[in-house]
Amino acid sequence: MLTIRQDLVDAMVAHARADHPDEACGVIAGPAGSDRPERFVPMVNAARSPTFYEFDSMDLLRLYREMDAADEDPVVVYHSHTATEAYPSRTDISYASEPAAHYVLVSTRETGAEDGPYELRSFRIVDGVVTEEEIRIG
Amino acid sequence: MAIEVRIPTILRTYTDGARTVEGSGETLRSLLDDLEARHPGIHDRIVDDAGLRRFVNVYVNDEDVRFMAGIDTPVADGDVVTVLPAVAGG
Repeated sequence: MLTIRQDLVDAMVAHARADHPDEACGVIAGPAGSDRPERFVPMVNAARSPTFYEFDSMDLLRLYREMDAADEDPVVVYHSHTATEAYPSRTDISYASEPAAHYVLVSTRETGAEDGPYELRSFRIVDGVVTEEEIRIG
Repeated sequence: MAIEVRIPTILRTYTDGARTVEGSGETLRSLLDDLEARHPGIHDRIVDDAGLRRFVNVYVNDEDVRFMAGIDTPVADGDVVTVLPAVAGG
């Protein structure tokens, strides 16, 4: 189960809408071992693509150094799908490399950049196996 | 002195959980061979037939080796090599 504050959910949705029709991506870091997402870190999608995302390699190095220095984990790794459902794609599964992270997918396929209902789901991806999990706001 | 290698979470199964290990070599290629001798299996998670795997980033100090000489990038004692899987998908 992912337990997360509403403002962090809202921040992921806002980022996904702002970058639509390209995919948006980022991390929510939290104290190591806590499983609590706390620090919202939107990342640039270096691929700038509606069908792919990738953190810029230098941004990635800076991010991991910051998290190491602050004793944080990437508790949530999020990205958007802009034309398909909020479910991990085959490429999402093959590149998933944080077995302890919650992979959050936001889909903007219904409303695009506009306000309205959104789809946001959370998954574990471990050794190629996807398991959806409940999201609790709190 | 040796070369410090920072290991990402997903590869720590090869290092008994260690976040950093030490190695030696003249280039990234020989450093990875040296690591393989003590941490069997780790080499092929970073390298494939074409060189460094497309979705694994390797940095020497502050530089992505993709913008240097790739797997032939020189390394020296005192360098810090960081391995980070790309965060990517579709």
